Amino acid sequence: MQAFEYVAAKSISEAIDLLSERGDQARILSGGTDLIVQVREKRRSLELMVDVKQIPEVNEISHSSADGLVLGASTPCYKIYNDPDIKSAYPGLIDAVSIIGGIQVQGRASVGGNLCNASPAADSTPALIVLDATCVIAGPSGTREVAAKDFCTAPGQTTMENGEFLTSIKIPTPDTNSSSFYLRFIPRNEMDIAVVGAGASVVLDESHKSFVSAHVALGAVAPTPLYAEEASNLLSGQEISDEIINQAAEAAQAIARPISDMRGTANQRKHLVGVLTRRALNGAVNRVKETK
Amino acid sequence: MSKKTHVQTEINGEGIEFLCEPRQSLLEVLRDELHLTGAKEGCNNGNCGACTVLMGDRIVNSCIVLGVEAEGEKIETIEGIATSEGLHPIQQKFLEHAALQCGICTPGFIVSSKALLEQNPTPSEEDVRFWLAGNLCRCTGYHKIVEAVMDAAKALNTEVADNA
Ligand code: FES
Ligand code: FES
Repeated sequence: MQAFEYVAAKSISEAIDLLSERGDQARILSGGTDLIVQVREKRRSLELMVDVKQIPEVNEISHSSADGLVLGASTPCYKIYNDPDIKSAYPGLIDAVSIIGGIQVQGRASVGGNLCNASPAADSTPALIVLDATCVIAGPSGTREVAAKDFCTAPGQTTMENGEFLTSIKIPTPDTNSSSFYLRFIPRNEMDIAVVGAGASVVLDESHKSFVSAHVALGAVAPTPLYAEEASNLLSGQEISDEIINQAAEAAQAIARPISDMRGTANQRKHLVGVLTRRALNGAVNRVKETK
Repeated sequence: MSKKTHVQTEINGEGIEFLCEPRQSLLEVLRDELHLTGAKEGCNNGNCGACTVLMGDRIVNSCIVLGVEAEGEKIETIEGIATSEGLHPIQQKFLEHAALQCGICTPGFIVSSKALLEQNPTPSEEDVRFWLAGNLCRCTGYHKIVEAVMDAAKALNTEVADNA
């Protein structure tokens, strides 16, 4: 591997100073499951890795009534799926973090890193989008917040500017009668990258007969993870039925603009968007019904 | 060559200090600096699990951990698993079930399996297969490995019962 310097930053301001000084020659090190491989394989060169795992705010999980769940950006997947409160409130997020890599990768890989790596196929990003998550970004001129659906701008690119980094992700407390679901299609059982991924969250009425609201998001069918706005909106206030779920699936298909690659053809991906959107919505609806 | 960093860590229950460059992975440090060559390099990119070690309370691929990140951590490698009394029951069962052929994947499988059985002493076959999805074996076809781990779970549970 190329030589580089390493600093374990102790505070957010120390990390910002280092990032501002070195510009694009510095990169945040969180779980390293993408970054270390990219540097070793010469897909990325840098002078400095800034390890942020010792900064308390970046590596903690907290719950508050005002902010809901605050997930430090470096919190590894295994800490998320071992947290009983997250398990019951955000099952769609658990679905996603349980299938990122194998157990070894889940010991290190973080949701923040999954966002910042900005792969179109990132599993946790559609799950965060449907949960209405907000990314908290710290930088030289203070802190700003960006909706998870607007965080990635192109493959490998995010809205973050020089000197900025993602410190945490806020997820609002879910409504009553709500749930979430994420799934992906891969040709193997485990350890693969999504051919297509779909996340859904739903809020149902008291009787569990109608949608109060719903969100759908897609992975691996565009340069960035996509929020399926029309599919989401058309479900609001509608009675739950196969027809309306099919309509949402068609609306999701309409915004997918996949490419063909070694994992699948564009046509196959379009088809999968429909299948997975239906399954994600039905999965979320069934979870609400089960917890009755 | 960039400056070496002093790292203080605990490996297999022993306080260990070493010097390394930031670019050296924990796997390189273990093998090349500390001569603990049990953890193997298969893919060197986080896919095969041959380099699995325990870091704190979770298993990691040491090829995608930097040596400098071991500062203050507790590491357990395959070398720490057998005792002076003999093999660990998981190792014993791997032998009995012939759960290895070339053996390059074995240290990783044993470290992973031990972590599984510590947190889930009675795994189902599916639990075992899911947990070991990050360990690849090109020889055995996995079946004997899964059998060995299931049998080791049984052996460990009788051991616990006998000591009770
Ligand atoms: S050598 Fe580390 S995962 Fe393959
Ligand atoms: S025994 Fe050869 S790779 Fe597993």
